[in-house]
Amino acid sequence: MTPYDKLIFELSKTGRVGYQLDKPLETSFNLADELPINLKRQAQANLPEVSELDVVRHYSNVSRKNHGVETGFYPLGSCTMKYNPKINEEMASLDGFKHIHPLQPEQSTQGSLELYYQTQEMLSEITGMAAFSMNSFAGAQGELAGLMIIKAYHEHQGNTHKTKIIVPDSAHGTNPASAAVCGFDIIEVKSNPDGTVNLKALKEVLSDEVAGIMLTNPNTLGIFEKDILKISKLIHGVGGLLYYDGANLNALLGVARPGDMGFDIIHLNLHKTFSTPHGGGGPGSGPVGVVKKLKDYLPYPAVNQKRGKYVFEKPKHTIGRISGYYGNFSVVLKAYSFIRSLGKENLEQVGRLSVLNANYIKASLQDDYHLPIKKHCMHEVVFDGLKDKSSGVTTLDVAKRMLDFGIHPPTIYFPLVFHQALMIEPVENESKETLDEFIGILKQIAKEAKETPELVKNAPYHTVVRRLDEVKAARNPIVKYKDIV
Amino acid sequence: MFKYFPHTEKDIKDMLEVTKVDSIDALFNGLPTKLGYRYDYNLPRSMSENALRSHFKQLEKKNQPLITFRGGGIYDHYIPSAISEIVRREEFLTSYTPYQPEIAQGTLQYIFEFQSMICELTGMDVSNASMYDGATASAEAMFMATAITKRKKILISEALFDGVKEVIKTYAKYRQIEVIEVPSKEGHLALDLSHLEDIAGLIVQLPNKYGLIEDFSLIAQKIKENKGLMIINSDLQVHSLIKSPREMGADISIGHLQSLGMPMFFGGAHAGFLATTKEHIRKMPGRICGLTNDIDGKRGFVLTLQAREQHIRREKANSNICSNQSLMALWATIYLSLMGKQGLKEVNEQCYKNSHYLEEQLLKLESFKRVYQGFYIKEFVIETTLDRNKLETYLIKKGFLSGIMLEEKQLIFSVTERRTKEEIDQFVCEIARFEHDTLR
Amino acid sequence: MAKVVEGLFYSKSHEWVKIEGNKAFVGISDYAQESLGAVVFVDLPSVGDSFSKDEVFGAVESVKAASDLLMPIKGKVTSVNEALLDQPELLNEDPYLNFILEVELEGAPDLSSLMDASTYLKESH
Repeated sequence: MTPYDKLIFELSKTGRVGYQLDKPLETSFNLADELPINLKRQAQANLPEVSELDVVRHYSNVSRKNHGVETGFYPLGSCTMKYNPKINEEMASLDGFKHIHPLQPEQSTQGSLELYYQTQEMLSEITGMAAFSMNSFAGAQGELAGLMIIKAYHEHQGNTHKTKIIVPDSAHGTNPASAAVCGFDIIEVKSNPDGTVNLKALKEVLSDEVAGIMLTNPNTLGIFEKDILKISKLIHGVGGLLYYDGANLNALLGVARPGDMGFDIIHLNLHKTFSTPHGGGGPGSGPVGVVKKLKDYLPYPAVNQKRGKYVFEKPKHTIGRISGYYGNFSVVLKAYSFIRSLGKENLEQVGRLSVLNANYIKASLQDDYHLPIKKHCMHEVVFDGLKDKSSGVTTLDVAKRMLDFGIHPPTIYFPLVFHQALMIEPVENESKETLDEFIGILKQIAKEAKETPELVKNAPYHTVVRRLDEVKAARNPIVKYKDIV
Repeated sequence: MFKYFPHTEKDIKDMLEVTKVDSIDALFNGLPTKLGYRYDYNLPRSMSENALRSHFKQLEKKNQPLITFRGGGIYDHYIPSAISEIVRREEFLTSYTPYQPEIAQGTLQYIFEFQSMICELTGMDVSNASMYDGATASAEAMFMATAITKRKKILISEALFDGVKEVIKTYAKYRQIEVIEVPSKEGHLALDLSHLEDIAGLIVQLPNKYGLIEDFSLIAQKIKENKGLMIINSDLQVHSLIKSPREMGADISIGHLQSLGMPMFFGGAHAGFLATTKEHIRKMPGRICGLTNDIDGKRGFVLTLQAREQHIRREKANSNICSNQSLMALWATIYLSLMGKQGLKEVNEQCYKNSHYLEEQLLKLESFKRVYQGFYIKEFVIETTLDRNKLETYLIKKGFLSGIMLEEKQLIFSVTERRTKEEIDQFVCEIARFEHDTLR
Repeated sequence: MAKVVEGLFYSKSHEWVKIEGNKAFVGISDYAQESLGAVVFVDLPSVGDSFSKDEVFGAVESVKAASDLLMPIKGKVTSVNEALLDQPELLNEDPYLNFILEVELEGAPDLSSLMDASTYLKESH
């Protein structure tokens, strides 16, 4: 079957419509006549003119060129590609939540406010924090808010000399980027070979100027930061704060809480740990949580409970607004539904099952793929390319060959400490059969790399497009339809 | 056993054998003993689907959907039925960011179409794959302007929505950028044209918070003469008929996309957009999709110019933004495809009729007075001698959401194409009743 | 193995400089272009800009990386290689023939932290 290759503009025909509005009001007011000449648009916007069926058919065909979690295994390390439960979608489609204007008076939105507040409370319990704000749109933004809180706190304490944030060299790029956006200087600290923070190196960079440290635990290599209590003591010792990047929280559900490890501020990714759909790159939600002493710095507006009613409040020393309204309400709703569906007893199993899955993969593939860290991993495992690299087959080649078998490749070339990194995260929803199939495919590819390396190097063969020219796209960016007509 | 966990006892036994550990607990033996490896949450127990449905129905009852005459950046526009059906297709809903382009051509294609349509409406050369919302897009535009001009002062119109102004100020604080508000006169921008030499740019809004639409062309010229950037925050709906931001001289065009057929949803999830000229393409934050060929010469799409982004540049990136609001960008793309050239114009024409009709009816009442003389499409300011708080409460009891309260006896009403004559007449009738009861 | 050219000086950050009297040419080494991969964009400064030693004067972008360019010696830009704007791949084809900048030296050049060809060859491998 030839893959679908049309753009919506190419289906357009003058005069076609895909909508039907009500009949206009019968009044003498007429926009066309009364529009001031100097405001009139000159060059027409070339939007498509298509029927409703054209649109539905077009996007249905376009969708088939995508792989989703429901299509097949999606072991992207650090992304926690869980099953997105349908019950969450059903709850998000209720009219009583959909058609509420954000600027309605609080007495008419108690349902939505209660949902926000209860989610905040449950996330606080899960992570060991005192309060949460749901206003951040994504992990990166939650992170930014967290760093703003660190800055505001130190300034308020009169410690304006605290200008440095420590980031391990194994950290995800958003960490230093967010810290830089916030005006901090970054100190990169060396990791041990297993990605954990090198305590000696950390002690060397400690000073009065340290405002805080950004960590994720387990770290980006899937290894638990065993010295976390020591690190916490060291950072607190110089008056710094500990920031937790919640990207890897899945390993800790039912196991331990960041708050108990000494973290003062955390951000979560509802689209990772709490099952809300990734949507092809968003919308997500990156709520930020804090310990008691930082509550007053949370973004505005905060949702609180007062005398049995839910209200918006302005925290005393708020960092300010970070979203036009209250963040991605519809996403928070789905996470709330997820937490209530799982409940205490099932949430407590998530960490255990995802860690079991990852270690099973680790044990099964260590003969074919190079395992740089031998100890038990947490919810994700990192391999550094093929064990036998003599045929010149790279991780990129292996990833492309996986596409031919209908599975989404794991995260590749991250973390940067390994040059041929393959990071696999098999979430708790995946069965032993799925994992065995995945293991089989990877073993097969390793065999092909040895016996018929050219086959792997020129993969994929069964996808709608193959080995796209990214250099061409970057040298001469063609970014809109107008560029090609 | 739980429906989302497939592991049977035998599965676990077999897996532990392969992993060469005695128990799952043993996998956590590297954790500090003080922390332990099991946590007992103080949370409610699992809810069945039936219980969850009842629970949500209870929560829903505590909300009151109203017939809306309020705007302020979020509008009750017509939502075509086809959109949610397409968007919930699992290949769109559950897929990840398109870093493996061969199996994400679906996502990449709609992003390319989205970028194309944003450029058509704004007149710009390049759009990114969407922003979180219009307010954060405005803040990112400010960062672009300060990075490009290397200046640390930005002007913003006081007639931006409050939420937008506040977000800009939050972001500016952490980069030591000085934000100066430009006052309005008679609801329009009153910019002092002297002293523009050290300004990184000016951010204005169209329609502004008073609902008024003005031509910023001359002001844009002045800003550019002083080597600053003109930044226009628009409701894209209106640009089907109104001069595009490019035509007005914008260097950066941003805005909130909720008005493109997205449910109000208590403020989110929606999306924002950011578009600019060719000159500034490499200073744009966010993801960008580009067209290219594959090894067989077939047309295909990839994320491009990624070297500017956070995951590569790290602390040297222009912005820390990682995700976009992809699925909502798809929502906007489908809306624009269905409405097309003609539909958007018609929406505006109906909004115009409806809002002017409401204004006309209100001015017939004793307690209402016109405020501004400018041109508006779907939102207008009106002054009243009535107690606005009591009026709001009264109208909510009758099922209506009245206008936003501004300073000094003013209300701002918004009427979209969704409001029928019956609804508008009934709304005015209730206000008249309230007026009558008050004046008695 | 990446090439070096005799007579040039090399910085730790893989730029090269060729001194000709009170002028100098600046570019990136073969090792640099190899590590970057296919160059897609070069961010050039303007003629007349002045930079001190080790100051960032521009950037080179490939699909997978973006690298700041650091000035190996103090100088004022007298010309930039505009061919790189349309054909950034020239840096991959011949990074020594295709210079990035020409500068006028400001005072005697400080060569202290720079390496000669053979030292750089050893250091970068």
